[in-house]
Amino acid sequence: MGQTITEKILARHAGKDSVKPGDLVNAKLDLIMCHDVTTTPAIDMLKAHGITKVFDPEKIVIMPDHFVPNKDIKSAEMIRKIRLWADEVGIETFYELGNHGVCHALLPEQGHVKPGMTLVGADSHTCTHGALGAFSTGIGSTDLAAALATGELWFKVPPTILFNVTGTLKDGVYAKDIILEIIRRIGVDGARYKAMEFKGNVIDALSIEARMTITNMAIEAGGKSGIIAADTKTLAYLKDRTEGEYEILQSDDDAEYEQIIDIDVSDLEPMVAFPHLPDNGKAVSEIKEKIKIDQAYIGSCTNGRIEDLRVAAEYFKGHKVAKGTRCIVIPATTDIWKQANKEGLLDIFMEAGATVSSPTCGACLGGHMGIIAGGEKCISTTNRNFVGRMGSPDSEVYLASPATVAASAVNGYISDPRKAVGE
Amino acid sequence: MRAHVYKRNHINTDEIIPARYLNMDKEAELAKFAMEDLDKEFVSKVEAGDVIIAGENFGCGSSREHAVWALRGAGVKAVIADSFARIFYRNCINNGFLAIECQGVSECIENGSEIEINVKDGKIKDLSNGKEYTFSALPDFAQEMLDVGGLLNLITKK
Repeated sequence: MGQTITEKILARHAGKDSVKPGDLVNAKLDLIMCHDVTTTPAIDMLKAHGITKVFDPEKIVIMPDHFVPNKDIKSAEMIRKIRLWADEVGIETFYELGNHGVCHALLPEQGHVKPGMTLVGADSHTCTHGALGAFSTGIGSTDLAAALATGELWFKVPPTILFNVTGTLKDGVYAKDIILEIIRRIGVDGARYKAMEFKGNVIDALSIEARMTITNMAIEAGGKSGIIAADTKTLAYLKDRTEGEYEILQSDDDAEYEQIIDIDVSDLEPMVAFPHLPDNGKAVSEIKEKIKIDQAYIGSCTNGRIEDLRVAAEYFKGHKVAKGTRCIVIPATTDIWKQANKEGLLDIFMEAGATVSSPTCGACLGGHMGIIAGGEKCISTTNRNFVGRMGSPDSEVYLASPATVAASAVNGYISDPRKAVGE
Repeated sequence: MRAHVYKRNHINTDEIIPARYLNMDKEAELAKFAMEDLDKEFVSKVEAGDVIIAGENFGCGSSREHAVWALRGAGVKAVIADSFARIFYRNCINNGFLAIECQGVSECIENGSEIEINVKDGKIKDLSNGKEYTFSALPDFAQEMLDVGGLLNLITKK
């Protein structure tokens, strides 16, 4: 019997010839990602258990991103604790302010992710990195502590659902719309505990950045991981970023999938996920009422990359953010910020009356920079619209692509990005 | 043990412990805000040893283990749900915190009922009407972690 990519990666890292869904394995880890919110407790646990060393400082990357620049004394103390501990245990890869960024944008951008590797991060959106053909999943702080100490973790091998995405995307429809549609179809627990593998001519045609938007939201369907087999685009993306060898794996033709879901996206429209679950998606043409928005947010590990900013900027050329609406643009990493600046995108945003901030995850989770008040509505390129996600429990979050968010910012209400804006 | 029953699916980590409190990580601090965005009264109602009963996919969303700590800190002894989100469930096991998957239970047990859990036999008894519900025993490794008080204790022991 053939195996899926996920099974192959887990088998290789567990020292086995093959594994099957349901097997409990101890897998060696190639990379561990830490950020500010979840790492401090892991450090406390290690210290409480007398563990003074990490298994391999070179396989550990630290990227404070949630509450940076430090939002208050408590978060400043948390990051300071991580900084001091990193020095103690000899971890050198620490993305300090000035080289910082949202971890799931920064990690692949800086060349830490390679096909075929196992990586864990103490953040639920760690599933993003499957876009490069890696097994990548989110963990909590205790798992993080165990991983830092031993370099391995227990995993139950997940069954895989294959999403075969075919057809031709229409203008104005993006990767974000595809994943919102997939989550709408299967529900927020439709892939609970499972690996979500994406293939098909539409996935082939997407850029690596767009593929990351898809795998990023696997967790919003309950998935353990999202994965896309590496191809020539992946190799081109990795060429100037990574050193060392890696193995390109493909799922076998006779691999056993729990389910195969065919999705033809030729008729897909821009999607908007209504409050308060990511599976509450509607095609933009179904929205009959005029939903006035107080804030439009462009950024995050889902849609804060340079291609996203380029798409959004098109809508602001020669237009202003609507009166009564605030627009926040947060390039996901320092390099993306610099590139957007070089291309004149930041000027376009600011000329339109949007504000541009330093990279942080903050607003996406209602933690920092861009929190919304009770009664307010925000349309956002982020990944979750749970109750209170971006601020007050009495606020509302609508999820959409950068194009839809930008068009809505200019109009002041939720808008179809395929229609003219600002009129 | 008294049951706080939420007949709802997809109760998520943002509701269990909102991100505005993630600049803290001590159980006693987090406990003050447990379930705040779902039920503002929860912290004043809950007593040590109580349990939460909920629908499908409990704990979906973030990897923040703070969700487990907030509940435990508030006195919650166990969560019983129709099903759990993966990372939350894993965090429970790793903390030696009891998470019991028991399909359909949220529809059957009424809020405020006194219940008894027998982990070894896989039984939940509703003392208000004597009805019993069975659940699959925890996997061996999960039981072992529960016995030693979590993953870190297990690793250190080994």
